[in-house]
Amino acid sequence: MRPLDWRLFVGVAIVGLVCLLWLVVAGILLWAVLDPRDWQTVLEALGGKGGLLLFLWAGSLVPTAAALRHLIEHYLRAPAKLAEEARLLLETDAQRLPTPRGSAENRRLAEVIGQLVTQREALRAEMDQRVRAASRQTELEKNRLAALMSELTKSVVVCNLDGRILLYNNRARLQFRRLSRQPTPAGGAELMGLGRSIYTVLDRKLVNHALENVQRRLNRGAAAPSAEFVTATQSGKLLRVHMTPVRDVESDDHGARTTDAVTGFVLLIENITDDMQSHAEKNRILTKLTEGSRSALANARAAAEVLELPDIPGQLRERLLAVIREEVQGLSRRLDELQPTSGRALRSRWPLEDMLGEDLIEAAVQLLESELELAVDVERGDRDVWLRVESFTLLQAVLHLAGRLRQHCGVRTLTLRVGKQSGQGVLDLIWMPCDGANDKAQLGWDDEPIQVGFETLSLTVRDVLERHGGECWVEQEVDDARHRCLFRLLLPLAAAQEELPAATFMRHESRPEYYDFDLFRTTERTLSLDDSPLTELAYTVFDTETTGLNPAEGDEIIQIGAVRIVNGKVLRQEFFDQLVDPKRVIPAASIPIHGITPEIVKGQPTIETVLPTFHGFCEDTVLVAHNAAFDMRCLQLKEKLTGVRFDHPVLDTLLLSALVHENQDSHRLEAIAERFGLTIIGRHTAIGDAMVTAEILVKLIPLLAEKGIHTLGQARAATRKTYYARVNY
Amino acid sequence: MANRVLIADDQANLLISLEYLLQREGYEVSLARDGDQAMELIRQQQPDLVVIDATMPGQSGFELCQQVRADSGLRHIRIVMLSARARETDIAKGKALGADAYIVKPFSTGDLVNQVRQLLGADR
Repeated sequence: MRPLDWRLFVGVAIVGLVCLLWLVVAGILLWAVLDPRDWQTVLEALGGKGGLLLFLWAGSLVPTAAALRHLIEHYLRAPAKLAEEARLLLETDAQRLPTPRGSAENRRLAEVIGQLVTQREALRAEMDQRVRAASRQTELEKNRLAALMSELTKSVVVCNLDGRILLYNNRARLQFRRLSRQPTPAGGAELMGLGRSIYTVLDRKLVNHALENVQRRLNRGAAAPSAEFVTATQSGKLLRVHMTPVRDVESDDHGARTTDAVTGFVLLIENITDDMQSHAEKNRILTKLTEGSRSALANARAAAEVLELPDIPGQLRERLLAVIREEVQGLSRRLDELQPTSGRALRSRWPLEDMLGEDLIEAAVQLLESELELAVDVERGDRDVWLRVESFTLLQAVLHLAGRLRQHCGVRTLTLRVGKQSGQGVLDLIWMPCDGANDKAQLGWDDEPIQVGFETLSLTVRDVLERHGGECWVEQEVDDARHRCLFRLLLPLAAAQEELPAATFMRHESRPEYYDFDLFRTTERTLSLDDSPLTELAYTVFDTETTGLNPAEGDEIIQIGAVRIVNGKVLRQEFFDQLVDPKRVIPAASIPIHGITPEIVKGQPTIETVLPTFHGFCEDTVLVAHNAAFDMRCLQLKEKLTGVRFDHPVLDTLLLSALVHENQDSHRLEAIAERFGLTIIGRHTAIGDAMVTAEILVKLIPLLAEKGIHTLGQARAATRKTYYARVNY
Repeated sequence: MANRVLIADDQANLLISLEYLLQREGYEVSLARDGDQAMELIRQQQPDLVVIDATMPGQSGFELCQQVRADSGLRHIRIVMLSARARETDIAKGKALGADAYIVKPFSTGDLVNQVRQLLGADR
């Protein structure tokens, strides 16, 4: 039974008191108006029946209580219950309708609340459905993109403007695996991985140059601007790279529109080393066939034509016949020689791209002014001319020639001119010869290796022009009665204007629509690492297994395992797992812990070769380990031997855990994993422990945020405190 | 007096025919087998016209051309350049460096003789 409402007691008490008061007041009034005899009669009439009066009073309280109780139930408790029910409905997702009770008004109110709840449920269901549909669509798009990417026979890499890799396909991974200096432990993942910099593989200057070209084309209104370049990797492989910009999207009331602002770029990368070799071979064959044959044919033809003359002496006749015989036999021999090799020659070209003469000049002026501090004038030639060039190496060639002019002839001012001459493009470098300078000094410059700053390329100016099918020479010209010297570079012209104005095919529907991911949000990491939020950093979480616990006394690393965290996700595919030959005995006592026997490490690489690759794997990340001091000590003791320094910022999950759960006794890896409900697979293998440590870090980051620790700097400062706290303790 | 013509080419088999043809035209012909020898003979003999191969051992025909044009004592000499390189760019280069005619191998000897005759005729 429900406890009685206090309001009931109060109500009954008030009514009782009022009745009592009324009785007393009535008595007093009676006493006052009646004469004493009548009063006496009244007293007598009541005499001894005062108890009855009191009983009547008490009896009248019972219906009063019943009436009050009903009123309270009806008008006070019913709305209160409704309010409670409504609050519950508001705070939870419950779908019950409130029970109608109490007064008619209250019932109506309950009904309206019920309708609101139903309406809310309908809205919520609709919203859920939409979200589900949208995420299904996104998932579908992602899968479609993934399928497409994996089908592609070219390597695809998508980067943001900082050159951070946001997306890559398996082909790219395989390709970079082949480029990796030491392919086994990381499988190329030290070069290619989410969040890594593309500049470890491609020259930043080249990429920037291509980006500038793309931007220039965009600014001019080209619809589908792209750029191509070729670069050599450290391992001597030639890569042809095709760059397409990813443009920002601006949305307004009329829908989304692509803007000219570039937020990133897509690279298609092709290994053309073999192509280029066969191209060179083909060139050699062609040259041998054409230029070699021309001379022989000229000799034979001249001899034949002389033989046709009526009056030649007999002796000369014999000699000429011998010439024809010899040359024809020579030609046959040459053809026989070439037959087997020429089939291999494939079609492949150094990629040339169309470029507006004005753009080329502009780029050259910038380069010459910044690199050589030359004053550069631009002469009005035919600046609308479209050239077909590989602008990067061409500009390097120009830079080389200008550098030599500055060095040998003391030239401080140069004039550039671009134009057309008898179906060829022309780029002139013009200077005023100074007195006494050796005119012929510049004769051999085109055959020297190109020098840019202190760097010497393996290319000559002549090679660069060969690639263009061009030529180069020094000429003099007279301008306003002044003699001027000029390097004339002949370059191929582009086929008639191919870049259509944007409007002609600005149809966004025709663009594949699978890049509406949020991939480009994370551009511009301008913050210093210490100010970076923990959620945005890239981490390398690692663990080492060693022969013992005293690295300073000769204990060595026998296994390194590492895994990366980018954007708060553990990248299980990009791991580092390598056994190391310690070049010393593995104490028998330690074998049960890590399970690595001397036989297992036999034939494995030594620490000198493993650490540089591991260093590459860790580049640009924060190092994380459980009890990091030990692992860092192991790495740092090898700095002298391997020549790589591990000076990355470091976080320790042991100290971070102590920070978050200060009242827990144990911060061992197992204990923390258990607290977070993580299962450890392969405890005491380096990669197994690294994986768990990574999972733990991911769980720790939000807990740290609750404690007000958001940035790397804050985390480092805080762990330093716990560390000292523990030491002092 | 007969015009003097120097023929410079490393192809001995071509020299036989060209020597005979140009002698037959009544020129006084001398021969050189490479670029350096050719330059020496040009300075010695001061011929009226030289027929030079663009790609010879020693100095190339292009270099010879530039030297002849740069030397005021030799500037009047007519130059016919023979070359196995037939690209537009090579022709442009030969002409830019001072050749009066650029003939691509193989060529008609009749055309060559006409060209020589024309150039020497223009000189007179």
